[in-house]
Amino acid sequence: MHHDARSAPGPTLGGEPGASAVPGPGAAAPGPAGPAGRPGAGAPAVRGHRSPWWLAALWRLLGAVVAIWLVATLGFVVLQALPGDPAEAAVGGPGSQASAAALQAAREQFGLDQPLPQQYLNYLGQLLRGDLGVSYGQKLPVVDVIAPLLWPTLLLAFCSLAVAWVLALGTALVATGRSRFAAALASGLELVASVLPGFWLAAVLVMVFSTQLGWFPAVSDNSARGLVLPALALAVPLAGYLAQTMREGMLSALDAPFAAAARTRGETPWGLRWRHALRHGLVPGINLSGWAFGYLISGAVVVETVFARPGLGRALLSAVTARDVPLVLGVTLVSALGYVLVTLLADALVALVDRRAAA
Amino acid sequence: MSAALSETRPRAVVHRLARLRPGTWLLAACGLVILLCAAVPGLIAPGDPLAIAPRESFLSPRWGHPFGTDESGRDLFTRVVHGTRSSVLIGVLSTLLGVGLGAVLGLVTGLGRRWLDAAGSRLIDAMLAFPTLLLALLLIAVRGPGVATVIVAVGLSSAPGYARLLRSEVRRVSRSGHVEAARMLGKGPVAIVWRHILPGALGPLLAVATLGVGQAIVWASALGYLGLGAPPPAPEWGAMLNAGRTYISNGWWMTVFPGLAIVGVGVVATLAGRRLSARWAGRGGAR
Repeated sequence: MHHDARSAPGPTLGGEPGASAVPGPGAAAPGPAGPAGRPGAGAPAVRGHRSPWWLAALWRLLGAVVAIWLVATLGFVVLQALPGDPAEAAVGGPGSQASAAALQAAREQFGLDQPLPQQYLNYLGQLLRGDLGVSYGQKLPVVDVIAPLLWPTLLLAFCSLAVAWVLALGTALVATGRSRFAAALASGLELVASVLPGFWLAAVLVMVFSTQLGWFPAVSDNSARGLVLPALALAVPLAGYLAQTMREGMLSALDAPFAAAARTRGETPWGLRWRHALRHGLVPGINLSGWAFGYLISGAVVVETVFARPGLGRALLSAVTARDVPLVLGVTLVSALGYVLVTLLADALVALVDRRAAA
Repeated sequence: MSAALSETRPRAVVHRLARLRPGTWLLAACGLVILLCAAVPGLIAPGDPLAIAPRESFLSPRWGHPFGTDESGRDLFTRVVHGTRSSVLIGVLSTLLGVGLGAVLGLVTGLGRRWLDAAGSRLIDAMLAFPTLLLALLLIAVRGPGVATVIVAVGLSSAPGYARLLRSEVRRVSRSGHVEAARMLGKGPVAIVWRHILPGALGPLLAVATLGVGQAIVWASALGYLGLGAPPPAPEWGAMLNAGRTYISNGWWMTVFPGLAIVGVGVVATLAGRRLSARWAGRGGAR
């Protein structure tokens, strides 16, 4: 197991199919972070000399804008693919039994009688103004429904992310150590953690720590005690993935010539991992940030349901059951926007970490 | 390539099989058990997964009911074993869909002209921005719940990852010597893609798809758990967990065992995928 990980380079080893099937070089979007997935290579510095950093950053920013535009366009496609009459949906959803006159009025009001390209432009204009449409179920603007729920979900996601990084760091440091037993144990744990379904883990945690031991509440609110179990349930699978990519990055860094050089200078094994290899493990971990954000939002849907915790995820689920498409689409668009922003931030962070490594 | 050819001689195959480590044998055995459960569940659990016995409801695990019984007295062991088929099938079908879509996107971006690559890559980026479960929920909100929707949703959300991998693999292979040689020999573009590029790019894709099956099963079970997949009486792991939710305080076995089945299949698929990718990565790296 330990040996396998050493002999195989990162890219194809990503444990996760969707976003990070290629957590290594492929996961880094175009732009300055491109070569960052190859730990131990001095490429970023070389590239930095060729083209000014601001040009690369501008290029990357442009890519993000294009991605957001495409995301919005996919949203429009979904709206067009909806079965039924959109005018009927606009006056109160299917089954509202609106009169023909009311339908006609709605068509004119929402511009549904205009040609499709015009509707598309109107839709983009609305999005630019921050208008995500009106929820069928709650008869409120989608933005007003989402806004108060953002904070609890983001709080949960942030806590889970912090816990996941701590767990992953610890596991990766132990897994790359000299002790073969500890290393095998750590990589075994990391494997099981990465396939644990978050919702199942949440249910098991409730059974053990709420029903049996009574340490933490089974129904979560925003108090610190209520946050522990949901954050843990979300963090453990994420930590499994993070630890795996970080371990691979660290192992290839430990095989690099600079590690041998540090060893001959009398660096201790621990110091070698902590001061030299860790940075190369961080980069692929940070490259996973965009995927991690998506994972946390996805996971929040199930975990918030298990813990009956108010938040975006639970609102989303009830909207799905009610087939409240504008609300579902609104939440999806907002989280896709979040993904793009987080990826941008992660790229900036990688550039920072790598520049120091190259210096 | 010449090394790969010499490996196919029968004696070499036997030699290679004998050299496989015990871990590989164990993994193969586990995989076989899972496939057996999916193909002929009656062989391992002869009972009827839907047979109710109201007087035997909520029995904890015991002799005769190793996993206990559920709220209608159905034997959980039988249900978990019979659930393998639908769960594995959902995982495999959605992965196939994802790989198929990803292959089209990956080939177009990997082989197409520069503008096509740029446009396709941006599309892949945008698709990646949708979190797996949210994309699935959006699709379910539009089309209504059901197994088919779950398969399409999980497949769609895994497609961009495969597309990205295949794109980089296709680029790597098409730069290599044997493709160059085929071009020099005047082979047509279709023949080059089919005979020379795809075989080289498929290995890593297969490895990642194996990893993907495990993940697809986990996501599909999450949707089942939310009550958006297979309708209740069907033996499907996610749906069984959904049923167990109500009895979490007095029927721990209804939550623990279907979940362990998901984790078990996930671990086996992930380990198999890692073995495969280590193998293919070694070969690709030699070029």
